[in-house]
Amino acid sequence: MVGDYHGAVTDVELLERMLAGDERAFAQLVTRYNSTLIRVARYYVASDATAEDVAQETWVAVLRGAANFEGRSSFKTWLFHILANRARSIGTREHRMIVVDPTDRSGALAQRFDEGGTWSEPPVPFTDAIDEAMVNERILRLVREAIARLPEPHQAVVTLRDVEGLSTKEVSDLLELSEANVRVILHRGRTRVRADVESSLQGGGA
Amino acid sequence: MKLTAHPLVCRDAVELVSDYLEGALPRRQRRRLERHLAGCPHCSTYLEQMRQTIAASGSVGPDDLAPEALDDLVELFRRFRDTPDESL
Repeated sequence: MVGDYHGAVTDVELLERMLAGDERAFAQLVTRYNSTLIRVARYYVASDATAEDVAQETWVAVLRGAANFEGRSSFKTWLFHILANRARSIGTREHRMIVVDPTDRSGALAQRFDEGGTWSEPPVPFTDAIDEAMVNERILRLVREAIARLPEPHQAVVTLRDVEGLSTKEVSDLLELSEANVRVILHRGRTRVRADVESSLQGGGA
Repeated sequence: MKLTAHPLVCRDAVELVSDYLEGALPRRQRRRLERHLAGCPHCSTYLEQMRQTIAASGSVGPDDLAPEALDDLVELFRRFRDTPDESL
């Protein structure tokens, strides 16, 4: 299940406890979301330092606005919208100008086919040789590292869609991209992550 | 991607896998891909790896947060809780 890593306590429960003055509840929300906020901010702004500032401003806005949160959207959608509004207002990136060429091939993968378009170097299943539970643990770590290496806009799209489990429509609204472009960027991001995991597993690297 | 009646080649099939898993392929494309997958173990492996990648992405959880960053934000919370009108 996508996005279920947050465990038993829901965001809304934490928000309620936070409103009652519980600082541990606030700290838990920050721990859950601050790294994602910084990543998504990075889609709009040019430096990590600015992205961290935007994330901090977002928490200030959460503290100010939490009492008015009505639960019409999920907490995380509300949170990401606050972030996007803040980031847009200071963002230097012309993010509307992102041009996506849907016919462009997925980089390194193209070299793995023969002239007729059939695999010349086919994929090797992730879970072949070793104990499956161990591999899964390793895949998890490799996937985390591969996502962190993705360039923008791929990192923001993969993080929101696959890590946080937002719908394509929600990602499209937040990043002001068409749904078709979200799918193209998602495809390219996932393609890179898969390729990274594959090459790490094959190469016996970290 | 051209909408021809030709069977897919692997190179084109892998480009459809993400949309396929999103349920975003038009029916005709979906059936072309499924026909290809039925006869192509390599592309089936690729699809399975993409599924595993997406499943793992949903379980990676947040990155570790620097303790100072958390302390700063908790301090902000305390100021706000104790003097909500003037602190922020």
